[in-house]
Amino acid sequence: MDVLDIARWQFGITTVYHFMMVPLTIGLGIAVAVMHTMWVRTDKPEWLRMTRFWGRVYLINFVLGVATGLVQEFQFGLAWSEYSRFVGDVFGSLLALEALLAFFLESTFLGLWIFGWGRIPKKVHLAALWAAVVGSIVSAYFIIAANSWMQHPVGVVTDDTTGRPVHVDFLAVLTNNTALAAFSHAIAGALMVAGALLVGVGLWHLRRRKLAGQSTTDPDHAVWRRSVRLGGWVSLGAFVLVAITGDWQGKLMYQQQPLKMSSAEALCETEAPASFSILAWNKFGSNECDDVHSITVPYLLSYLAHGDFSTAVPGVNELQEEYAAVYGETYPDDPSFGDKAGEEIDYTPLLAVTYWNFRLMIGMGAVSAGVAAYALWSTRRGRVPTSRIGVYGSLLAVGAPFVANASGWIFTEMGRQPFVVYPNPDVPVEDQVYFFTAQAVSPGISAAEVWTSLITLTLVYGALAVVELWLLTTFIRRGVTSGDGHPTPGFTPEPPDDDDDAGAPRRDDDVLQFAY
Amino acid sequence: MDLQTLWFAAVAVLWIGFLLLEGFDFGVAALLPVLGRRIPDRHLMLRSIGPVWDGNEVWLITAVGAVFAAFPGWYATWLPALYLPFVLVLLGLIIRAVAFEWRHSRHTPAWDASWTWVITTGSLIASAGIGAALGATTLGLPIGADGIRVGGAFSGLGWPALLGAVAVVAFSLVHGAMFLALKTDGPVRAAAGAFARRWAPLAALPLLAWAGLVHLRSGTAVTAALWVAATLAVLVAWARILTGREGQAFAAWGAMLVAAAATVFGAAYPVVVPSTIDAAFDVTIADASVSDYTLTIMTWAAGVGLPVVLGYQAWTYWVFRKRLTAEPVHA
Ligand code: HDD
Ligand code: HEM
Ligand code: HEM
Repeated sequence: MDVLDIARWQFGITTVYHFMMVPLTIGLGIAVAVMHTMWVRTDKPEWLRMTRFWGRVYLINFVLGVATGLVQEFQFGLAWSEYSRFVGDVFGSLLALEALLAFFLESTFLGLWIFGWGRIPKKVHLAALWAAVVGSIVSAYFIIAANSWMQHPVGVVTDDTTGRPVHVDFLAVLTNNTALAAFSHAIAGALMVAGALLVGVGLWHLRRRKLAGQSTTDPDHAVWRRSVRLGGWVSLGAFVLVAITGDWQGKLMYQQQPLKMSSAEALCETEAPASFSILAWNKFGSNECDDVHSITVPYLLSYLAHGDFSTAVPGVNELQEEYAAVYGETYPDDPSFGDKAGEEIDYTPLLAVTYWNFRLMIGMGAVSAGVAAYALWSTRRGRVPTSRIGVYGSLLAVGAPFVANASGWIFTEMGRQPFVVYPNPDVPVEDQVYFFTAQAVSPGISAAEVWTSLITLTLVYGALAVVELWLLTTFIRRGVTSGDGHPTPGFTPEPPDDDDDAGAPRRDDDVLQFAY
Repeated sequence: MDLQTLWFAAVAVLWIGFLLLEGFDFGVAALLPVLGRRIPDRHLMLRSIGPVWDGNEVWLITAVGAVFAAFPGWYATWLPALYLPFVLVLLGLIIRAVAFEWRHSRHTPAWDASWTWVITTGSLIASAGIGAALGATTLGLPIGADGIRVGGAFSGLGWPALLGAVAVVAFSLVHGAMFLALKTDGPVRAAAGAFARRWAPLAALPLLAWAGLVHLRSGTAVTAALWVAATLAVLVAWARILTGREGQAFAAWGAMLVAAAATVFGAAYPVVVPSTIDAAFDVTIADASVSDYTLTIMTWAAGVGLPVVLGYQAWTYWVFRKRLTAEPVHA
């Protein structure tokens, strides 16, 4: 593999990994803030316990999001320096704004929340958590605005001497329709992750308590019951949002990146009306559209792309020719294209990847919604399900929205190949800003260097994943304090903090003590 | 002042803010095996930085983000030239971040000791690596005509990098000790004070040498004055810690960093990556900068955002302003 391929694997692996933590941070952050708010308003013990328990899960996850986010901030310079030079006028400012307006908010107020129990007034303490949660959402907005600008560059003109984009309209970048659609879609996807976790864990604890004959009237029962109910409704609601915003994205994609759309549908020839593919298979190892066989539902694709049942949807073969006519049959024979210089350009993204990731995303979301419906049904009016399959299935399905999120991104990012900055079709061709992935990689670094970082980062990330999962599962299995107030056996609380605000209700719940 | 100069100054302020804040948590972490031999002392040291280390680290993210945002040519020359060293810094920061949080997820002595060790190691790697990178970007990297590194993976690690690494680690150690002397009570306070008294003058030398070198190369009367101020600040810090005035010592030591780093950035201006191959290949702010339009937007954003950030960060320090003491050993 050359530097380009290794660097792409590195970016893909580290970013998808980062995006395992991200949706949980965003979704669970919102959920915990709601729980904390309920506790402040109602003073009911179960809300406090829920806040403490889920807050701890949130923190264990959060820190890994921070650790892997750091790598993201440096990656564009390390392995993609030519990309960074090219997009610098727009892209860097969005990253810097994210740090300035979002990360400071998140990290500072989260520190205050963790260590502020009993130290600052109750309402201020709650506000600190909300500030951190808002920080996460703002951060998602800026980074997605940056990403959407590379999918659909707006607000720029081309500099005649350097050929690079020059920023002329910041508001256009912030209100890029691609960004608004992708942001709302990603937040909804994050809520699905949180919902699935609340449901899976809640059901498991409810069932375990019931089989052990524990009380159904104490606050701990209420903790798990409320978790399931809250998670179930969040999941279902978020699934509706994901479908609405995803439909919006699909319609934009039809205009902005038609090749991604037809690849995702394995639609080779232009069709009017176009049919939606439900199952397709390809000759092994081929990326030729004509080798694909597909089972389809008539009219549906026209509807998804355009909102009616007749409009033509362009096929891969035709689009491939159109792109080749406009952007060239081959890469220019120029050293900045590295090994690719002079080679033929394939404008069709990997068909199998786009096709299956698109379906995996929607399918896993649907699985999650189904589980949520089951959970709400089986816990109606105080019931507790004891079905092994139902409960363990729900626990397993906690992974489904994670998979959906990852495949959504893989689809979005791999579907835009071979461009890293995709030409905006609303702009006349001679004024378009675009950049091939083959040009983006850092020219001065060796394959050995990128191999070294790819391997070490992957190994370290792998090890972190093992510890993280183990910590989360042990913590989740242990549950909340047993109802009578004794800490769970085997657990020694940390030494108390210095503290002279006497009477502070800070040590009431030792097992969930956050402090160091 | 033109916008490029303003943003050079802004980037310098962010790096100085980072060194000033994260410097003490790096230092406290590095001193764990030295000053925290007893478990409660170690926990006390960790608690002193617990609420603030992540907020401090965002100064680094913002500094790097601002380099990218204002000077993509700097970002795209500097980072790949030091590719593997930067990856090592990232690994250090990663293991340190997770260790802070995971350390107290279980309560066995072995678990605690391992993660404490990870915090120390990760912090040392990160502070040395960032020092090396800053040393190289102010004293020189082997950069060719096209802004691309000449030589192999480690050709960027010359003596400038070594000097920067030693300077930042040494500064952080004493900064951390002075912070502990100020923030804690009991044996940790005493030991930290003793450490600072013993090492303060020596630990300032590499930083002063670095600032002096950049000044000799391209300094002005202003940077000369700043360098002298830094030297005086060391003496004040030392005198104050000798007389047990911990707050004043900490402030003077911080002022030393501000003056020394301002000397470095002030003298390096307008070069952001000096080339050790040929001065003609130096990358300057004019070569590296974005358009005035983008700089104007960011000036507005930073002008509003930064004071707010400073306000709420200051407020957190105030909320957690009390001296901490260790509890008697239990378990
Ligand atoms: C949809 C949201 C989203 C996306 C697409 C990304 N991130 Fe992220 N990032 C977050 C949402 C987020 C977050 C929710 O705000 C995190 C996750 C956990 C956390 O601590 O904050 C975060 C953490 C985080 C941090 C650490 C912040 C801290 O120390 O507090 C950095 C430096 C980045 N990210 C940078 C990036 C970059 C450069 C990305 C692009 C490749 C990226 N993130 C993708
Ligand atoms: C967190 C969600 C994201 C995921 C899971 C993700 C996933 C991926 C994947 C899988 C690739 C490799 C594609 C390939 O090589 O074919 C990639 C490439 C890339 N992505 Fe993303 N991405 C995410 C967010 C972003 C964001 C927010 C940005 C920009 C701000 C971005 C910028 C890039 C760049 C520059 C590349 C490298 C060039 C390339 O190989 O195409 N990505 N991403
Ligand atoms: C009803 C079902 C859904 C539809 C119609 C849909 C549609 C889409 C489309 C068209 C894209 C590509 C955008 C582009 O490349 O321009 C996308 C991306 C994405 N999807 Fe979905 N989606 C659905 C369900 C889900 C679910 C259930 C999740 C996660 C729980 C999810 C998470 C994502 C993510 C993270 C991305 C990439 C980032 C982004 O563009 O927001 N999607 N989706």
